[in-house]
Amino acid sequence: MRDTVRFTLNGKPVEIRAPDPTRTVLEWLREDRRLTGTKEGCAEGDCGACTVMAVDPQGKVRAFNSCIQFLPMIDGCALTTVEGLGGNDPVQKELVREHGSQCGFCTPGFVMALHAHHARGGSTEPQAITDAIAGNLCRCTGYGPIIRAGQTACATPAPKAEPARQNAEPLGYETNDGRGIRRFFAPTSVDEMARLYETYPDAVILGGATDVGLWVTKQGRRIETIISVMRVTELQEEWPVLDGVGIGAAMTYADAFEVLFGLHPSLRDYLRRLGATQVRDSGTVVGNIANGSPIGDMPPILIALDAQIQLRKGASTRTIPLEDFYIEYGKQDRAPGEFITHIIVGQPNGWELIAAEKISKRFEQDISAVSAGFFVSLGNSGVEGARLAYGGMAGVPKRARNAEAALMGQPWNEASVQAAMAALAKDFQPLTDWRASADYRLAAAQNLLLRFYLENQTRGALEAQRVTSLVGVEHG
Amino acid sequence: MADASTSLPDDLSGGIIGADIAHDSAEKHVSGRALYIDDMPEPRGLLHVALGLSTRAHAKIVKLDLSAVRAAPGVVVVLTEKDVPGKNDVSPIAGDDPLFANHEALYHGQALFAVAAETRAAARAAMRLAKVEYEDLPALLDIAAAREAKSTIEDAKTFRMGDAAAALKAAPCRLKSRIVIGGQDHFYLEGQIAMATLGEDGDVTVYSSTQNPSETQHVVGRVLGLQSHQVICEVRRMGGGFGGKETQSMQIAAAAALVARLTGRPAKLRLDRDDDMVLTGKRHDFEADYEVGFDDAGRLHAVDLELASRCGYSADLSMAINDRAMFHSDNAYFLNAAHILSHRFRTHTVSNTAFRGFGGPQGMIAIERVMDEIAIAIGRDPLDVRKANLYAPGRDTTPYGQQVEEHIIAPMIDALEKSSNYRERREAIKTWNAGNTHIKRGLSLTPVKFGISFTATHLNQAGALVHVYSDGTIQLNHGGTEMGQGLYVKVAQVVAAEFAVPLSTIRIMPTSTAKVPNTSATAASAGTDLNGMAAREAARTIKNRLIDFAARLWECDEAEIVFSGGRVRAGDREMSFADLAHAAYMARVSLSATGYYRTPKIGWDRAAGRGRPFFYYTYGCAVSEAAIDTLTGENRILRVDILHDCGRSLNPAIDLGQIEGGFIQGMGWLTTEELWFDAKGALRTHAPSTYKIPTAGDRPDMRIALWNAENPEEAIYRSKAVGEPPLMLAISAFCAIADAVAAVGEHKTPPHLDAPATPERVLAAVQRLKGAP
Repeated sequence: MRDTVRFTLNGKPVEIRAPDPTRTVLEWLREDRRLTGTKEGCAEGDCGACTVMAVDPQGKVRAFNSCIQFLPMIDGCALTTVEGLGGNDPVQKELVREHGSQCGFCTPGFVMALHAHHARGGSTEPQAITDAIAGNLCRCTGYGPIIRAGQTACATPAPKAEPARQNAEPLGYETNDGRGIRRFFAPTSVDEMARLYETYPDAVILGGATDVGLWVTKQGRRIETIISVMRVTELQEEWPVLDGVGIGAAMTYADAFEVLFGLHPSLRDYLRRLGATQVRDSGTVVGNIANGSPIGDMPPILIALDAQIQLRKGASTRTIPLEDFYIEYGKQDRAPGEFITHIIVGQPNGWELIAAEKISKRFEQDISAVSAGFFVSLGNSGVEGARLAYGGMAGVPKRARNAEAALMGQPWNEASVQAAMAALAKDFQPLTDWRASADYRLAAAQNLLLRFYLENQTRGALEAQRVTSLVGVEHG
Repeated sequence: MADASTSLPDDLSGGIIGADIAHDSAEKHVSGRALYIDDMPEPRGLLHVALGLSTRAHAKIVKLDLSAVRAAPGVVVVLTEKDVPGKNDVSPIAGDDPLFANHEALYHGQALFAVAAETRAAARAAMRLAKVEYEDLPALLDIAAAREAKSTIEDAKTFRMGDAAAALKAAPCRLKSRIVIGGQDHFYLEGQIAMATLGEDGDVTVYSSTQNPSETQHVVGRVLGLQSHQVICEVRRMGGGFGGKETQSMQIAAAAALVARLTGRPAKLRLDRDDDMVLTGKRHDFEADYEVGFDDAGRLHAVDLELASRCGYSADLSMAINDRAMFHSDNAYFLNAAHILSHRFRTHTVSNTAFRGFGGPQGMIAIERVMDEIAIAIGRDPLDVRKANLYAPGRDTTPYGQQVEEHIIAPMIDALEKSSNYRERREAIKTWNAGNTHIKRGLSLTPVKFGISFTATHLNQAGALVHVYSDGTIQLNHGGTEMGQGLYVKVAQVVAAEFAVPLSTIRIMPTSTAKVPNTSATAASAGTDLNGMAAREAARTIKNRLIDFAARLWECDEAEIVFSGGRVRAGDREMSFADLAHAAYMARVSLSATGYYRTPKIGWDRAAGRGRPFFYYTYGCAVSEAAIDTLTGENRILRVDILHDCGRSLNPAIDLGQIEGGFIQGMGWLTTEELWFDAKGALRTHAPSTYKIPTAGDRPDMRIALWNAENPEEAIYRSKAVGEPPLMLAISAFCAIADAVAAVGEHKTPPHLDAPATPERVLAAVQRLKGAP
């Protein structure tokens, strides 16, 4: 394996031999390269001030938060920072013209998020622009001038995204900082990954580092061995299976969502709320389910859809229902050296009612107080199948078995739904924390089910009506 | 003293006053070339500082074992209160903010010690190794607990106008209620930071992200045991301030300077975001209890208002902040008879501080809630109730005795009512609400009247220093600081206009206590009013010398000399400004001058609670439309129409930016931003992952216009201050959400919605109304 991280920075080749495996891209840019245009606002990937752009080895344009990405993760990428744009990029010029900066501290992050959107040939629709910058916080402007600048800039011909640099040999190295040996591996095959993980069963499996990054920046944790899944070729693309599709562990949210939209177009609005561009371009769906969090956005809907996960350990594989993966808070059905390779989502048959819901204080880039995935299949005798899964209601993402039982075999009407809502109180005894009180969580969980019913009284009867989709009233 | 003339200079230099001129740093912002303190080249030998924070809200510090911190790799020095050579106090006024806790932790997050190491990572890693033994003491965590314990930072204050008790008793109708209003974190994108370097003889220069360089100079001197002339504080720009760097930056600057002083090496302290949010103060949370008397036209007869705020563990600026809550508890309304009582409670939580509006928003929201509840009580549109109560000639005395002399709010409301189609939309919303059980809509128009001046009268002064060089270029220095609000470019416009030279002639210098002494914080929206006038005075002094010189040179009358378009003329003689500057230099004419300004007319007797605290008022009004989901409490501001008064705007583009940004910041305060403390007094929403300021998608459809009328007072070129007032336009957003909730009960029952209007609070209010008989 290769011990030198190779990539390009603003068009110029960079080689770094065996860097600290958890040195962040932001620290390296600001401290080692003295490129201080990229800012640190939070060091947890939630403000976007550190946004940079990369074209990855697959040729995909990504905007990401450099504060929580480790330096070896950008191996093989073409990295562009605000300094690389000069000052005459259309996004920069329009931001000046529209008075889109005030204090200016968030501005380079907005520039790069919009530049990446532009480089992808992104739409100039206001919704597309706000989606592109949903991961960037500005405390001064109120966003209007930034949105306008983005619209105008993205109407110009898209800039050519600098091609990535291909590294044939996989990256893998050890380094000793005087306090002990640390390792970073980025295997390119599942077999190699399985072998490495058996050798280093205490290693941290790394996807997009949108979670693991914070272990380092916020908790000061020292990670000895990292095995990145992101360069494993077989896991970078979807895997067609009978009646469904497997989402590989190296697929980012952005990659995976394209597949999920294909299967379940109704999930688009929900998935738009998962993180923001920088998170969706880095984080992975498999990472979201594998970390075992009770408040991950993906597990409830995936459990409702009866998704399966495939695990690999050494030479052996097994497939289990996702819902069985979660044993209790902090404990999953995963042996040492075992890792998730795929999540398998089935084809809908077209007769189910499906919805994913999320309640949070803020619509964009927020962690849910309550999330829910609903799957109800109707037949002549009423409800023939019901899978109601919730997040934020227990120590793990969990199905509401009592509520499901209350619906099964009943007519699909408000009385049945009210009975199921009452049964939810038997299913869950949620906690109170800063996101919501226990009472609110239960009430919202119940009402989400009611809203699901009201929006689907008969198949496809009502168009969903949400505060987020409304505009001001019409008037003369 | 500036002369009273507010006329524009000879030439507007291509209309530089009133033009949409970009922020002076805009091109540097977008290219990443604007240098913030952490971007400055690091001096050789720089040490990085981290602070160790208390994990208890109130506790005796039995043992502070820092041996492991000292022994950690890269650590150079570890400092506690014992190491402070001067006074262990970084407070602005009351002497009660220790740099490091002194044997007793007074809030969760208070600084206990500092560690300096060769790298930031080493300092932060070492900081975690401290072993602290605490002995818990009873902690007062909220207003209720402090009220019970009578724990205050000062005695309650009262405004009295007329006999409120009698008027209340005699009023045809009465209502009594309360509202609870949450606090707010500033969430400036650039966290607190300072870097200190040493000069000769122990002199210290501190680069601080601060709104208050002079105070930084004093505090650093106090902590280090130095006199003011040994300390320089400089700031080129901040990555946002919003009041959060008026006093809260002092501790950071003092810790960096202390490390530098004690090690002989330069030192930098940049807080991690989470530490920043637990260590530094925020907007005060308030409770407002009120009983009001009114008639069937909705007109107020009497207001009895009791305000209470959580000041935190120390006084900081809470006295003046609570005063301003009182000053704005009338908003734009004549109260007729009023008794306004204000409690300032001391708790074992972070010391709350200045935040855009400075207590004003909390006072204002209470009276706006009163308007809505009167409307419900008498079954009228809230806008009619508001109109009935506006200040008007003859009904123009505030509860603190200042006369309201400018009556533009009524015509502004009329104009906005029309331009926003308020009445038609009200009807459309009624129709919508009648036909929809699940989604309800609401509408609200609220005014803002905000008093401009520091209420501490002595702060209303400013200085400037202008140099014209012999090549005709100009350096501009003044005491105001740039935090994104556009102060620097506005003041530069003033100087460019006075000399009739292009803006590019003016070099805006970083704010430094070495250039302009004894300055006030850039705060109270007064930055341009004060510094613009001071800079104009300096420019006019130099210009008068140039006129005098040119008249002698050209043997003409001074009145014939005209400055225009970068040139100077008298009749058919002319030369460039640069040539004139050079000629004046050769003739030994001084081309450097200071300028000084103090705000006229004001005077406030705090003890008596009477006087004229404000030079003038800035006005604005906004209509917000909201929608709520009655099943989940999710809510959204759909559309906002704003009409705002900037007098004769110096720079409409900058002012519009302040208005939109202020509105969205206020909307965040009242909707998604929630400070959540746990039962032990620890703030648990201390990072953007948990504390949610608005994102681009939260921005409603916004239509903003300026009310273009001259300031009747002689503020700089008849403009008006703009920094804070627009934040309070967002009260309309909160009232619109409450109006949508009230629709659940068909506007027969007040919704009693508290702020912020999170989905949880909205759903609770909906459920109360549904449960109501």
